[in-house]
Amino acid sequence: MTFPDPDSVGRALDNAGYLPDEGVATAAYLAMRLARPLFLEGDPGVGKTALAQALATITEAPLVRLQCYEGIDASQALYDWDFPRQVLHLRAAGDNLASDDRAQLEASLYDRRFLVARPILHALENTPCVLLVDEIDRADDEFEAFLLEVLSENAVTIPELGTLRASEPPLVVLTSNRTREVHDALKRRCLYHWVAHPTFEREVEIVVRHIPDVSQQLARDVAAVVGGLRAADLLKPPGVAETIDWTQALHVLGSDRLDGTRAIATMGAAVKYHEDQVRVERDLLPSLMANLA
Amino acid sequence: MTTREEVVGSLTGFARALRAAGVNADRFRLTTAITALAQIDPGRADDVYWATRVALCSEPDDLPRFDALFDMWFRGTRPTLPAPVRNAAPKQELTPVARLDRSEQGRQNEDDDEVLRTAASDTEILRHRDLAELSGEQRDEVHRLIALLAPRVGKRRTLRRSPRGTDRIDVRRTVRQLLKDGGEPGALRYTGRREKPRRLVLLLDVSGSMAPYADALLRFGHAAVRANPATTEVFTLGTRLTRVTRQLRLRDPDLALTAAGNAIPDWSGGTRLGEALQAFLDLWGQRGTARGAVVVIASDGWERGDAALLGDQMQRLARLAHLVVWVNPHRGKRGFAPITGGMVAALPHLDELIAGHSLESLRQLVEVIARA
Repeated sequence: MTFPDPDSVGRALDNAGYLPDEGVATAAYLAMRLARPLFLEGDPGVGKTALAQALATITEAPLVRLQCYEGIDASQALYDWDFPRQVLHLRAAGDNLASDDRAQLEASLYDRRFLVARPILHALENTPCVLLVDEIDRADDEFEAFLLEVLSENAVTIPELGTLRASEPPLVVLTSNRTREVHDALKRRCLYHWVAHPTFEREVEIVVRHIPDVSQQLARDVAAVVGGLRAADLLKPPGVAETIDWTQALHVLGSDRLDGTRAIATMGAAVKYHEDQVRVERDLLPSLMANLA
Repeated sequence: MTTREEVVGSLTGFARALRAAGVNADRFRLTTAITALAQIDPGRADDVYWATRVALCSEPDDLPRFDALFDMWFRGTRPTLPAPVRNAAPKQELTPVARLDRSEQGRQNEDDDEVLRTAASDTEILRHRDLAELSGEQRDEVHRLIALLAPRVGKRRTLRRSPRGTDRIDVRRTVRQLLKDGGEPGALRYTGRREKPRRLVLLLDVSGSMAPYADALLRFGHAAVRANPATTEVFTLGTRLTRVTRQLRLRDPDLALTAAGNAIPDWSGGTRLGEALQAFLDLWGQRGTARGAVVVIASDGWERGDAALLGDQMQRLARLAHLVVWVNPHRGKRGFAPITGGMVAALPHLDELIAGHSLESLRQLVEVIARA
């Protein structure tokens, strides 16, 4: 599926349940047209991972996800050899072979069928697809070097086997929460987009989209209070995901607008630090509630 | 209708202006921007904005600079092109390691031993001198010695494994050997956890009251960044937080310090330690920069803002970091007691309080960091 301009990408994302702003739509459009990886940064909970999922939906391609963590290496992200099968293969061939056959046997040990594809190789072999490399900042910086070839050549080089290349480039999305700076060598191969918190109107729309039978008033109240909390300099400002969770919690309890006691009782869905909760309950919530229409 | 040449020319100038403003818009990104523009409708200003922004920017700090320049360049009047930066070869001056006293040079023909011994003992005295009281020439010498400090940070165990060590069987290498031997089981191979230096974070107070020490501390920061570029971060605190790690990565200490000086807007201004520390923890520390790290704060603890805020933030920092060291240049003075508001608030959350007013005390700091 191809898109003629950024607006059409925006509309498609909208239909897929992700409400993009103009920047996201342009970035996604260019990532598809230029076949460049998309590097997304932003506060936790602003919808970076959700964007990758929506991109998979609109391109009608499967999503291959690689969650990064400290200590991840090539054998967990790219490929690994299937050792038990290699040994069995060798044993089955028997010991008393002529030297020609032996050479042939050795060559056959490093065949594609003994290779276990991990997420990245799997994505390259099954294009078109969307490859999500989630939270790249959690991996060690040595790991980034493994990605360079994948990102610029869409290929993985396996010393024993040669270079495996994708027939068409997958759409690669990398996300980072900025716990450390990612190498420039990796960033410069990507299109960079900073995902900002949505505006009030857009956030209300996102909430209503996720919880279809919620009352409009409740969605507006929660979005307004969360907007106030974001400006109030908390240890962990709530993201869009928290707005949705909080509204969902209130909705399940049967509220159709935000009231003080229920707000405090369900606050844990949006405010995740004890220090923040004390501040919100004592100082912030009363004034924010008073401002609600 | 704009021709392709015009677009390329205009974008090249724009990228150059961005680079002058500190955005890393290199040739690679410029090429990306040009190909991106070919894909969109150049008549729509917003599309042009987003296409150039995703191609040319690479971190959130870039965005306000980009926005300001984009408005100036494409929506308003165009300023003149900044002149290309020529790399002027720094003047190489060969100097003997010890040339503290110029009068020594007049007596060249005298006993060499004598000269060397004098120089050595001068260095010895210099080690304990207060950095604020040095003459110009002594300062140069101390700066050279600081550049040699190269702090090493204590190690931590990581999840990454290496062939050295004995705590788990390395299936990959064992089986590979077995295949090589025609399926004959051989000796087992083992792996161990790899060790890595802890992250080192330097938070340097550059307010007016710290001015005599700020230069030496920044040089110490430069030595630390040069020793461990991937795991060291340097920030300055004043009325606001500034990250200077990128500037300090330049090899030459003087060029690096000039670049850092240009990046710091609040040099020799007031101090709002609490707020600046909060900014560090919100934007960097809590996300991972301070987690398990060795954090060194260099400040005299004069706090113009709320000392209670500083106390709260220090508590937060102590919970995240592996080791919190406070360097207070006044500690080296006779009769020092930690009585400034900020110091009192911070004291319960510190692991170490050291002086940092002389070369010798900076060397102690290196030892404390290495023990972590």
